Amino acid sequence: MADISKQLHLQVQEAYASKTALNIIGGDSKTWYGRVPQGEPLHVSGHSGVVNYMPSELVITVRAGTKLSEIADVLDKHGQRLPFDPPYFGEKATVGGTVACNFSGPRRPYAGSCRDYVLGCTMLNGKGEMLKFGGEVMKNVAGFDVSRLMAGSLGTLGVLLDVSFKILPHRLAEQTVVIDAGFKQAIKLMNHWAGTPLPVTAMCADGDMVYFRICGTPSSVARSMQEIGGSLFDDGKNFWKDLREHQLDFFETDKVLYRLSVPPAASFELLDGTQANDWFVGWGGAQRWLKSNLPFECVQTYAKALGGHARIMRGGDRKEEVFAPLQPALMKLHQKLKSSFDPKGILNTGRMYKDL
Amino acid sequence: MTEQSLLSLLAKLLPTSSLLTSEEALKPYECDGLSVYRGLPLAVALPETIEQAQAIIQLCQQHHTPIIARGAGTGLAGGAMPTKGAIVLSLAKFNKILDIDFDNRTATVQPGVRNLAISEAVAAQGLYYAPDPSSQIACTIGGNVAENSGGVHCLKYGLTVHNVLGLKFLTIDGELIELGGKNLDDAGYDLLALMHGSEGLLGVIVEVTVKLLPKPEVAKVCMAVFDDIEKAGQAVCDIISEGIVPAGLEMMDHLAIQAAEAYAKVGYPIDAQAIVLCEIDGTEHGVMDFIEKVEIVLKKAGAVDTQVSKDEVQRLQFWAGRKAAFPAVGRLAPDYYCMDGTIPKSRLAEVLKQIAVWSDEFGLPVANVFHAGDGNMHPLILYDANKTGELEKTEAFGKKILQLCVQVGGTITGEHGVGVEKLDSMCVQFGTLELSQFHAVKNAFDAGGLLNPGKAVPTLHRCAELGRMHVHNGELPHPELDRF
Repeated sequence: MADISKQLHLQVQEAYASKTALNIIGGDSKTWYGRVPQGEPLHVSGHSGVVNYMPSELVITVRAGTKLSEIADVLDKHGQRLPFDPPYFGEKATVGGTVACNFSGPRRPYAGSCRDYVLGCTMLNGKGEMLKFGGEVMKNVAGFDVSRLMAGSLGTLGVLLDVSFKILPHRLAEQTVVIDAGFKQAIKLMNHWAGTPLPVTAMCADGDMVYFRICGTPSSVARSMQEIGGSLFDDGKNFWKDLREHQLDFFETDKVLYRLSVPPAASFELLDGTQANDWFVGWGGAQRWLKSNLPFECVQTYAKALGGHARIMRGGDRKEEVFAPLQPALMKLHQKLKSSFDPKGILNTGRMYKDL
Repeated sequence: MTEQSLLSLLAKLLPTSSLLTSEEALKPYECDGLSVYRGLPLAVALPETIEQAQAIIQLCQQHHTPIIARGAGTGLAGGAMPTKGAIVLSLAKFNKILDIDFDNRTATVQPGVRNLAISEAVAAQGLYYAPDPSSQIACTIGGNVAENSGGVHCLKYGLTVHNVLGLKFLTIDGELIELGGKNLDDAGYDLLALMHGSEGLLGVIVEVTVKLLPKPEVAKVCMAVFDDIEKAGQAVCDIISEGIVPAGLEMMDHLAIQAAEAYAKVGYPIDAQAIVLCEIDGTEHGVMDFIEKVEIVLKKAGAVDTQVSKDEVQRLQFWAGRKAAFPAVGRLAPDYYCMDGTIPKSRLAEVLKQIAVWSDEFGLPVANVFHAGDGNMHPLILYDANKTGELEKTEAFGKKILQLCVQVGGTITGEHGVGVEKLDSMCVQFGTLELSQFHAVKNAFDAGGLLNPGKAVPTLHRCAELGRMHVHNGELPHPELDRF
């Protein structure tokens, strides 16, 4: 629990002056994500603690080095939560790293993503300037939305110091039901129920079964379970947590773990060279995991044909590209934008793309 | 290159009827919904295809001519106000729904499609597009993206940025950039987020893919009457603290209630100091559970009377007064001036008290309507522009209110945008470093500063004093629209 923003401010100013590349590190729990990190470590985990929490405003402001687990505890005392269900991928995971990766859990298609809940931030740009964007209110259209731009930018545009989030209350009741279904049938079922007003807050399929999580008031959960049918799944709470944290058996692999983001109803056709048990379908069909040593280009082409894109989540050659290629004009725009925040290219340069 | 030769080159790109140049034809485009600010452009171009729009942009870029993209022109901050010598790029002919994908629950539309037209097109399938700005029967989706429009239901369903999955836009070089699609995220930076609320400064939107939601089974409203505005403010906080997320949570003060009742005759008690309207939607069971809870919380907070809507007719009746609040207040004085600040809800009583003190000092009455759930307030300052000095006095008062919003931890604009209207207040909200970063972002997209120049972000050395939403003799720009 400390405010080390002055120290971080100075460190980035010095790095700017000496043109020293920095590798921003929070809880060091996601070093495996993105391209191989380069540069002098800039540790932000010491910058931690809740700055402001107003339960009746549905807003919390935290320092970027605050552990996700700490935030969850604080919010839980008031019956609230970060609505995007963030994966931790390690006990030390910080909120800054979570925003930098824009990681969201199984609830994402129904509640929204990490970026959706970012309301404001204080950050250091690559010139070592301390800047404050957005704020602690839900509606705010003053100036460009830099705060949400920071989500998913992998630290390449700035060092997050404080972040404000919209938060939501816990639901009163929760149940999970399962129905036997292969992937094709599962995708149909998931999209069918997503098109109804029933309070379904997570859906996934493992090739044998399709899983539905229903959250709401006890009476609306009971009624929804009746409508969806299937059988009650006792250990729902742990199942969704294990899925979120990639601790299901499926995720134990020596192969490359690919993540495909596709339209939720995109049909499930096996990619040549893969088998059904290489796949896991989450986010109601919109996020598909593949463990395979097929080349990235091959998986990317497949995802693109479905109307989406692929990335390497874990493993593979991280000296090469791990995210989907951008059209040339868009890459040019990315480079100019990066340069507008970080003219000397000292912040996590190369973590997202070789040329960024 | 002279203006005349630019016009003749433009004429080669478009059919005659799609290029307006006479003063008479340009007149309707001289302002948007904020009609106090006017200017005549050099021409209005109405392309029908992306290729035409591309060619116009490229021509303008070659001739260093500013481009002002325009949708329906219902904006309230002067974001689409033309400037001398500029070309207005109207997207009015981009009015087709290109694709409705029921399986993926998305609609892909051209930017000139009206907000409400999307929901109408998918209503039979039980779907709708959630963001509902009050001008939704007229405003276009392209403009909604440019302003990141809100609405009454954004506490629960989010703003435009939360409901758009994909965009296509043209850069100042005329390059077509595609962001997102029917899936939930994209590779690279979240330019989709950055484009929202960028007020036409970064690119020209030519296609939008929106998320469609299943319509809630049922909605109910609880109306609570208070004899004290502080109690009403606390009641709003109590509802949220109880773990309830209303679909809408609105509040009106004494003067607004009186005006609304006189105008709409919906049965609001005219001696009430405040009314809170709380709407719950969802499945039948869930709504019944929560609306009971809402009524209990409101009573406990000191409501002197509460009523839950019995049916859809009564629900709409409860809302009718609130939705008529702007035109109703417009009848109380020759002019009114609408503010759009957002504050933390817990500071409401304090802010309203201060506004009341200033109201006495300035001798200008204020009616307050309030998107209470998300802290977005619309104080309406009543004045008479024909009285010498009264407009200036009103503007000074308004500026103090916006400053107060920033002081208590809020913002100068919740949903109307900065446009030309709040350029000066941007200097209250942001420091030099932030403004410089905004200019650097603008520069990354549009180094020549040709896309809607002079809007949204003030120059560092010039935070000009500019006006606000202006209503004369009760007549709003676009009087046919509800304003709430």
